[in-house]
Amino acid sequence: MQFEARPSVSILRAGLAPIAAVAATLALCSVLIMWTGTPVLNAYYLLFKGAFGSTFAINETLTRSIPLIFTGLAVAVAFRSKFYNIGGEGQFYAGALAATYFGTGLVHLPPLLMVPFLMICGAVAGGALLIVPVLLKTRLKVDEVVTTLLLNFIVILFVSYLIEGPWRDPMAMGWPQAASIIDEGVLPPLLAKGRLHMGLFFALAASVLVWAMMKFTVLGYEIKAVGFNAGAAEFSGIRVNRIVIYTALISGGLAGLAGVSEVAGLKGYLTRDLSPGFGYTGIAVAMLAQLHPIGVIPAALFLSAVYVGADAMSRAVNIPTYIADVLVGVSVLAILVSVMLTRYKIRWR
Amino acid sequence: MGDLFDILMTAGFWAATIRIVSPLIFGTLGELICERAGVLNLGIEGIMTAGAMAGWMWVYQGGDLWTGVMFAAFIGASFGLLHASFTVYLGVSQHVTGIGITLFASSLSYFVYRMLLPSATTPPKIEPFQSVAIPFLVDIPVIGPALFNQSPLTYLALLSVPVVWYVLYRTPIGLAVRMAGENPMAVEAQGIDVLAVRTGAVMAGSALMAVGGAFITMSWFDAFYFGMINGRGWICVALVIFASWRPQKALLGALLFAGLEAMQVRAQQKAGAVIPYQFFLMLPYVLSIVAMVVMARRARYPQALLVPFRRGERH
Repeated sequence: MQFEARPSVSILRAGLAPIAAVAATLALCSVLIMWTGTPVLNAYYLLFKGAFGSTFAINETLTRSIPLIFTGLAVAVAFRSKFYNIGGEGQFYAGALAATYFGTGLVHLPPLLMVPFLMICGAVAGGALLIVPVLLKTRLKVDEVVTTLLLNFIVILFVSYLIEGPWRDPMAMGWPQAASIIDEGVLPPLLAKGRLHMGLFFALAASVLVWAMMKFTVLGYEIKAVGFNAGAAEFSGIRVNRIVIYTALISGGLAGLAGVSEVAGLKGYLTRDLSPGFGYTGIAVAMLAQLHPIGVIPAALFLSAVYVGADAMSRAVNIPTYIADVLVGVSVLAILVSVMLTRYKIRWR
Repeated sequence: MGDLFDILMTAGFWAATIRIVSPLIFGTLGELICERAGVLNLGIEGIMTAGAMAGWMWVYQGGDLWTGVMFAAFIGASFGLLHASFTVYLGVSQHVTGIGITLFASSLSYFVYRMLLPSATTPPKIEPFQSVAIPFLVDIPVIGPALFNQSPLTYLALLSVPVVWYVLYRTPIGLAVRMAGENPMAVEAQGIDVLAVRTGAVMAGSALMAVGGAFITMSWFDAFYFGMINGRGWICVALVIFASWRPQKALLGALLFAGLEAMQVRAQQKAGAVIPYQFFLMLPYVLSIVAMVVMARRARYPQALLVPFRRGERH
């Protein structure tokens, strides 16, 4: 068996790759569903119904997709320049921490200014968390994968310290959580019913902005050039290290925005279980989107539907909710193969 | 300082160090073998989780402890084969494959656990490995009870360091593995199948990682908890860099690390009232980053790490 590089990747194949990956994922995971004793088609029907079957369900799926769009964008930008930021989870919490610090009474601004102010604080905090890993990478060649991963654990422990210690809300009936975001800082709900909030607009706007940046600006071009061939980029006069640092700041900022949107839009206050792994799921989102900023939107919607639908499905039939995480993991592996097949032809001989 | 000295003189401290170091040795050696062959295996965190679950579940279902360890190793090697089919044969991104394997292996372990034990609220327990005292040696003061009254899996961990060293540096297989990570073209020129060598190394390394996970549920503790690997896999990846890809240094690094962690637990008991416990729990992760920074200038990566090999393609 040999692989032969295709001269060019057709748009049709690139567009079909994620669809094929999703189909393969559902087919592979049906083995697990058969084990539970639930008929496969029935289970997937329940999953679909749980995610899109009612106004409430659609509402929940859209709400859940907001942080995934942000963390997916964070990964998409970083991986484009081959900066492997696996620290989305930590940057998410850094953003949530900043929003809590500035948004619980320290600063009072009218709502029109307060919300953008908190967004900026969160983005700065998320980016700041990546300063150490990116400088260690550019200055000392320390692998960023391990440093960003380890920082996740450090930040989550720091959050736990703050909400059990100095930031603990005495009004919270003994639950470890921080004080609530003041009313001016809360992202307003979009609909009269349900939890959907303004964060959706910010997430969609971020996708378009990142897309425009990658397509129309010099920085976007240079990010792609560094990722494609850092040596050639350096030779042609691009300052590779500087571009990697900018990429990291943008990526961390986007993940930080996810934290702001969850704390100021959905929950209202900081807890330790604010994120059920949005940072890691962001990797799956970005891969399914093939690192395309607009593609992140449907990818995030799909994975958020998997989570919301799996919750509903496991309530209806006896399938553990962990099936959602299995689907996410398998989809990462499936998209790797299907994207590879858009670039290479298999030759059997 | 007096307190520090007191800690160092207790057998309990040394015993804890040796206990903490065992899974780290398995994991670090496993990662080291993969990387020596040119494959970064970020599936380690998930593979350790899978090993912890598989070994424990085997015994819980009535199996014997040692076959449980072998079952964990088999599960680890299977995930290794999956990793290698992606990174070695298809040549896709090692970073993303590894993260994908971690997501898949850990969620699959939790899913299987919930399927087999749907209504267990408190995690059920098994009869874990008992410590085996080595006659005479155990009577040495302080280090005797620490080193020579341990679980058989700990002896296996300590023994695997010279074994891995010997295989890597003194056998033709080891030479092929190291060359596959440095200059795969040269291996191919010798008529050896690079892809097979890399696949074998990733499978063997992943089996070791899984045994490291199994140690935690079958010897250290006696039950499987969700999230119990808790970043130990990532710490092993950092330790490989700290060890400059050498087994003997990996043992040294892991021991240093485990010693500091055992000390941390004891210092926490003494200073817990002053310093919040979260800061003590952060230490292993902070230390891992520091260890990588300290060694960064001297790090000599295997030259072909992260580079897929495709027969007949120029590099």
